[in-house]
Amino acid sequence: MAQQFSYDLAHLIGATVLMAGMGLLYQRRLFAVLNTFAFQAVALAAAAAWQAHVQHAPHLYATAAIALIFKAIAVPLALHWLVERLGIHRTVETALSIGWTMIVGVALVALSIMLVLPVTAKAAALTRESLSIAMSVVLLGMLMMITRRNAVTQVVGFMALENGLILAAVSAKGMPLVVEISIAFSVLVAMTVFGIFFFRIRERFDTLDLNYLETYRGDRQ
Amino acid sequence: MLIASALLSLPLLSLFVIAFGRWGRAHSVAYAGCFVAAVSLFSGGLEHLGGVWGAPSLVLPIGLPWLKAHFRIDNLSALFLLVVNFSAAVASAFAIGYSAHLPERRRVTPFYPLFLFGMNTVLVADDAFVFLVAWEFMSLASWLMVLADHQKAENRRAAGIYLIMAVFGTFCLLPALGLMAGPGGDYTFAAMRLRDMGGVVGFLVVLLTVLGTGSKAGLMPLHVWLPLAHPAAPSHVSALMSGVMTKVALYGLIRVLFDLHGEVGWQWGAALMVVGGVTAVMGVLYAVMQDDLKTLLAYSTVENVGVVVIGLGLALAFKADGENLLAALALVAGLYHIVNHSVFKTLLFLGAGAVISATGRRSISALGGLLNRMPWTGAAFLVAAASASALPPLNGFVSEWLILQTLFKGPGLPHWAMKFGVPVVGALLALAAALAATCFVRAYGVAFLGRPRSDAAREAGDVSFGMRMSLVVLAVACVVLGVIPVTVTDALSHVVQPLTGVSFAVSADLGWPWLSPVSSHRGSYSGTLLVMVGLALFGVVVVLVHRFGTEALRRSDAWDCGHREDIPQTQYTGPSFSQPLRRVFGGTVFRARESVQMPPPGDDSPARHSVSMIDPVWDGLYARLGLAVEWVADQVNRLQFLTVRGYLLMMFCTLVFMLLVVAMRQQS
Repeated sequence: MAQQFSYDLAHLIGATVLMAGMGLLYQRRLFAVLNTFAFQAVALAAAAAWQAHVQHAPHLYATAAIALIFKAIAVPLALHWLVERLGIHRTVETALSIGWTMIVGVALVALSIMLVLPVTAKAAALTRESLSIAMSVVLLGMLMMITRRNAVTQVVGFMALENGLILAAVSAKGMPLVVEISIAFSVLVAMTVFGIFFFRIRERFDTLDLNYLETYRGDRQ
Repeated sequence: MLIASALLSLPLLSLFVIAFGRWGRAHSVAYAGCFVAAVSLFSGGLEHLGGVWGAPSLVLPIGLPWLKAHFRIDNLSALFLLVVNFSAAVASAFAIGYSAHLPERRRVTPFYPLFLFGMNTVLVADDAFVFLVAWEFMSLASWLMVLADHQKAENRRAAGIYLIMAVFGTFCLLPALGLMAGPGGDYTFAAMRLRDMGGVVGFLVVLLTVLGTGSKAGLMPLHVWLPLAHPAAPSHVSALMSGVMTKVALYGLIRVLFDLHGEVGWQWGAALMVVGGVTAVMGVLYAVMQDDLKTLLAYSTVENVGVVVIGLGLALAFKADGENLLAALALVAGLYHIVNHSVFKTLLFLGAGAVISATGRRSISALGGLLNRMPWTGAAFLVAAASASALPPLNGFVSEWLILQTLFKGPGLPHWAMKFGVPVVGALLALAAALAATCFVRAYGVAFLGRPRSDAAREAGDVSFGMRMSLVVLAVACVVLGVIPVTVTDALSHVVQPLTGVSFAVSADLGWPWLSPVSSHRGSYSGTLLVMVGLALFGVVVVLVHRFGTEALRRSDAWDCGHREDIPQTQYTGPSFSQPLRRVFGGTVFRARESVQMPPPGDDSPARHSVSMIDPVWDGLYARLGLAVEWVADQVNRLQFLTVRGYLLMMFCTLVFMLLVVAMRQQS
């Protein structure tokens, strides 16, 4: 009974992360995107904490804390500050319309479920569903990077992708903490780099639309 | 043992030349060494063909650690060892004198022994690995020698095209041998013989083998490199490339189609016959139009390869229908032509080399009257030209006649396509033979007869004794192979016996000097009797003329057609000799257009006659292929200029595609 309950709750939290991933695709305002991302990170922290409780693995609490502090609070705040400081256009500029993005996103979720479930037929039941959810989150993050023009949304897509990876890492038993810390730090480093990058782009072009960057490249006439 | 040590000595000779190449005599020593090695290999082949040792095989622990190198000499290998090394020995002896005045000899001599090494190793290889490595040795060594005179732009172009075609050939042979080895990965020929290939794999093996060996042998339309690369190399090398290397390629074709691949359908025989017929006619049509002596000879090689392939295709068709006796006959005819062509084409190229070293000119329009100035070379070249024109009693006649005789049995095959197709191929073969005669009458007549057309030709003198003797040896071989055909066919029937499974004698009906392939009353030929009767009649006529002819001698000028002044330009030239053929065939095949440019009234410059022609194969196929490659490259080049999101999209799509493939594979 307790086993069943722990499964259900783990799935619920995982599904919340996934829903937040879909939600990221649906937002039309930059601040809403950042808020949704913060919500996804909170859900991720909850997933990690629940796994720590279920698996009796205290180091996962550390993972949950990292996710909560860095991803749910630090990164969204930093991006918020960036957007305000740079006066970035607040609308999400899409390359593919919201409706189509949602359809493709649903197809990707279906694909990852179709793929993961048969492959891991022998693995423990908990791992299977969580893995397919994590993979969906990764694919949705990539989809967001592709279909959104603005550099801020691309950074958010990249970090949503990282969230999917961490979700996969916490659901599998016996993942050492070192890996997760390195992932968290890589996200931090990526954010710093992107932040500096924004300033440089902004200084030069007065916009964060990447199309301007492309025309500047030396090898295009 | 003899063969192994002779083979090993060749790379050592190459190292020797690299070390001592500065020293002029080192080149002569190296060619003399090659001569000795080729003679040893020849005698080794002769011994094996005599059946002294059966089919000895040898396994050496060289190459990749888990693949040993396998060698084996059966009758087919032994025959080709004879073919290769007879020409190689003579060409090496010729090169001792010829290369002394060659400016680029330091870029030729080191690779010559490696070239011989590669060709001989292909013949004795008994696994795919050794075969392909030796094949590449042969290609690359000859490529380096084509590139020897790299100052000329046309030689660089020839070498480039040759390299592309050689890579293409190996690119085809590699999967062909891999498919024959199968998933088990046993690369020995012995394992391939036992394997039963399915329909699709068998089809691919034959297709890739024909493409791979055909590109090296010069089958249409894969021949384009041959008339460019063969003339670019020094003459003793072009003699071997044209006379021998194409034969090694045909060896590969025979080895796979008749030995390693168990069942080849009759359709492949028909396809080979059509390709061979077209190759023969087109090759000789090109040859008739050429002005460069060595290019002309190279196109003639294309023609003869076509003739051989007709014989091989016919043998395949007969074998597939269980007519093993006729298959053996067709195969004997094809092999006979291989032997003959290697001899007379080597002689022709060495003769061309002698002409070039004496005059420095390759264009036949600049030659003329050489027979008086170079009597030995001229006489030997005449024998080879007559042989290439298939005139009795020389060797070229016997093999083409045998192939024709076998073609007459073709309508007996059960398929309607063959019943109607074989006579057409026969007509093509006859047309090719007739055109070849025209081609060589033109080449010989313009280059060796008449009056010199240039100072270089006027001041030419015959070449050194060693070079002359090489030519004479080959000319004697041409005559001998033609005069004792039955001895040759008996030897060849030993070779084809393991391939077709029947033992037979071409001369069974009438006995030794008579060659009667079909039956004693339908077609029989005896070169021996022909020559004897001819000599006897000649003697009788000489006696009669001396006995009854008038004794009174009267010397006067020859009739000069009314042309008093001594201008060589009034003679027939190469283009004027080939003009009728150009009008008959060239209009359609080469889209030849003749135009006359008249000077405007009052202008006293001469009127100009000009001819424009296109190369249908090059312009129709290769030029378009080049454009297509360029277009694809342009399209692919766009990938370098994608947006950041574009690259991400590409990666994403690739990932999703691969995930989909995995998902699909699980469903099924």
